[in-house]
Amino acid sequence: MRSLLSKTILNLWSRHSSKQNAMKSDTTKLIVLVVFTVAICVLFLGKGLTPDNYQFFLSRRIPKVLAITLAAIAIASSSLVFQTITANRILTPSILGFDSLYVMIQVLLVVSFGGFSIVIINSQLNFLIATSIMVVSAMTLFHFYFSGRPRNIFTLLLVGVVLSSLFSSVTGFFTMVINPDEFSFIQGSMFASFNNINSELVYWCLIPISLCSAYLFKLSNKLDVMWLGTENAKSLGVNTHKLTMQIMFVITIMVSISTALIGPILFFGLIVVALTRQLFSSFKHRFLIVASAILSVLMLAGGQWVVENFFDFNTTISVIINFVGGSYFLYLLMKNKFD
Amino acid sequence: MKLIYIFAALLLVFLAAFSLSVGVADFSFSAVLSGDSHATNILLSSRLPRLLAIILAGAGLSIAGLIMQQIVQNRFAAPSTTGTIDWAMLGYMIALIAFSDMSGWVHLLTIFAFSVFGTLLFVRFLQRLKFKNTVMVPLIGIMYGNIVSAFTTFIAYKYDLVQTLGSWTVANFASVLRGNYEFLYIALPVSLLAYAYANKFSAASVGETFAKNIGLNYQRIVMIGVMLVAVLASSIVMIVGMIPFLGLIVPNIVSLFIGDNMSRNLPWTAYVGVVLVLACDILGRLIIFPYEVPISMIISILGGAVFIYLILRDKSNA
Amino acid sequence: MIKTSGLSKKYNDKYVVKNADTFFPLGKVTSIIGPNGAGKSTLLSMASRLTDSDAGQIIIGDIPLDQWDSSELAKRLSVLSQSNNINMRFTVRELVTFGRFPYSQGRQTEEDNRIIDNALRQLDISHLQERYIDELSGGQKQMAFIAMVVAQDTDYIFLDEPLNNLDIKHSVDIMATLKKLADEHNKAIVIVIHDINFASCYSDNIVAMKQGEITKNGSVDDVIDEQVLSEIYEIPFKVQEIDGNKISLYYRR
Repeated sequence: MRSLLSKTILNLWSRHSSKQNAMKSDTTKLIVLVVFTVAICVLFLGKGLTPDNYQFFLSRRIPKVLAITLAAIAIASSSLVFQTITANRILTPSILGFDSLYVMIQVLLVVSFGGFSIVIINSQLNFLIATSIMVVSAMTLFHFYFSGRPRNIFTLLLVGVVLSSLFSSVTGFFTMVINPDEFSFIQGSMFASFNNINSELVYWCLIPISLCSAYLFKLSNKLDVMWLGTENAKSLGVNTHKLTMQIMFVITIMVSISTALIGPILFFGLIVVALTRQLFSSFKHRFLIVASAILSVLMLAGGQWVVENFFDFNTTISVIINFVGGSYFLYLLMKNKFD
Repeated sequence: MKLIYIFAALLLVFLAAFSLSVGVADFSFSAVLSGDSHATNILLSSRLPRLLAIILAGAGLSIAGLIMQQIVQNRFAAPSTTGTIDWAMLGYMIALIAFSDMSGWVHLLTIFAFSVFGTLLFVRFLQRLKFKNTVMVPLIGIMYGNIVSAFTTFIAYKYDLVQTLGSWTVANFASVLRGNYEFLYIALPVSLLAYAYANKFSAASVGETFAKNIGLNYQRIVMIGVMLVAVLASSIVMIVGMIPFLGLIVPNIVSLFIGDNMSRNLPWTAYVGVVLVLACDILGRLIIFPYEVPISMIISILGGAVFIYLILRDKSNA
Repeated sequence: MIKTSGLSKKYNDKYVVKNADTFFPLGKVTSIIGPNGAGKSTLLSMASRLTDSDAGQIIIGDIPLDQWDSSELAKRLSVLSQSNNINMRFTVRELVTFGRFPYSQGRQTEEDNRIIDNALRQLDISHLQERYIDELSGGQKQMAFIAMVVAQDTDYIFLDEPLNNLDIKHSVDIMATLKKLADEHNKAIVIVIHDINFASCYSDNIVAMKQGEITKNGSVDDVIDEQVLSEIYEIPFKVQEIDGNKISLYYRR
């Protein structure tokens, strides 16, 4: 009796885990996700529109939805490919210290030019300064790092961690000496938010994010081979050193832009990628990049929707993400889901 | 060997005397000796407490790092790379909000509870992790710490304490005065306990199977280690703030010179920790005299550089 | 053929491999043997471009290694390293399909599918092709990885301890398959191997190493010799001929 039962279960299981079914269910799930995502975007754009007010509302809402979409795509795909080239499921590019660098840049700007100077008030100028400093410094680090003999990427990450700790110390030091009025601006830059997005900035970001995504798509077949580990990938003709450099380059741009656009979101990438892996069985990056991006848009837009409609406006999206994301990470840690 | 002890003692005495003499207030040793009450007052209420705080924190955090490295079996484990410090900070924040009018002991106990919980969670996770890359452990630990500190930041944000939190986190000995640093004395009994348990920690560091084979209760040793680390980290976070990398680099520097026998290493680890913090503190006080650069900034730079060096010299990571 | 001359590798000023001159001809199985720490795996990974060498030259075909384009070289030379930790769920067939990556860059053709079928059949794992790798035994898993290398269809195949932790049947199956690849498909097979009796039974040439240097390099008869082996392994050896194979006895000292 018992063996029959276990046999039945085994049969069901093996039927469930057969490859065709898995692929079919992947596609179904993706379609469901797309439907939800479109629905939430329509809700966002269309809530309370009348022929009289639509111009005003849309002019504010379109950039917001676009900002959510761009940031979501950038975070999801950069985290996904980062985990592939570092062959782990726990780390995200945030370990490289972009968040703390961004906050430090803002603190230093306030300290050197004052809280009400043009580099702070003019969000386009601020964006330009912050992204270029982030991209240039990351590139300098990578250049120095990759130009010698090939090294283990983990040492690069540790260099990032060390720098990040240094940036935090600098931030902490200046936080002590800054006056509370000026600090309020810095505090704003420490938390992600979609509430004060500059609409022109969003359109600027459209181009680099699209280019980066297209580039990742182009590299996606090579990334698939990286699942087999560096040595097998080399044996199959992938120049792993070059690929790592290319990917780090794309990640830098994507993370810098999304951080400067909406602020630091530490573990959002972690949740999205972990959920993507739980939901979908495919290993193809071509599919995973799209799936994680859609899931990411859905979660970020959904989170923002919840924030706007159920909480007061003071709760930024960061609150939700940090609590949900942090708890999810701890849950994964406790359940040992990372192996 | 004798010479080394004499040299080490001289260096410590010299640095300590130097530390006592640096400062904005008008102060000299000769004034104290001649019975100047003002100078004696400065010495007893500010300079001496500061020196003692540095000694206790430097030794305590280094020993905490050493214990952590033994029980996690990883050279790059330390209170700052296993989430201990970040959990302690979270506990501190919660203690200040929930028990603001209660005594320091309640605060310390809360912090301690948080850091024990957080550290145990991570240690248990590592014990079950199948694939242990040396460098992955600190990376995951730092990620873990970041996540915990994001919680802390959010509580701070809710209570409008973000700026205050910023100044708590920055380690600084400038605010140490008589009457507000005494919790650090906890480091003394804890260090003695750590010394008493040194051989057992060493056995645990070889591995669970080995420890069990020679008849030790592995999980209990780990638990004791975690508690010792948590006590040290808690008192230091509460009184001084976060000193990054110290617990990580000091035991590594010591083991470079005299190997990995814990009972022999422990006194040296404490000593090197004291000398390093003392030197960095003096440096921080002198760089932009009469202002001070917080010690956490100096240790970040110095400790970070040593950390990177330690990793690069390890050929398996090259 | 592959030729290495003066190949050296240092870690912290200590030579792991020193001045290695080797020759791996097509149609032959070459085994690299020697005690632990002799530099066998390092030599193999340098010759198969996984590790950079500190000195010396590697010539593949007629072209030096550094002048090869990495994706072209992957059609001529493949290597299977020792540990293959994959934290992704692949089916056996998906894994073997990766062997065609150098040719199809991820978009396989009918021709590729035919070659994949062949590789699965050659390793006798066609019936496992829809199973997930992490559900297989160690031996089946190794067969799947070797099938991937076979599907890559290269002239030169390097394997680092392919018999590690395998049972007797799988070991014999794998060695027989490798021998067949050399004999019938004219491939150059180079393996690092600890079991000298397997090396003796299936190799054409044997390279013996000790402390980073090649101590003997020649045919099976040259290397499987009581005196040569005793010197390399520092224990007494007896070599007997059984059914035309040279079998070493070294179990009792």
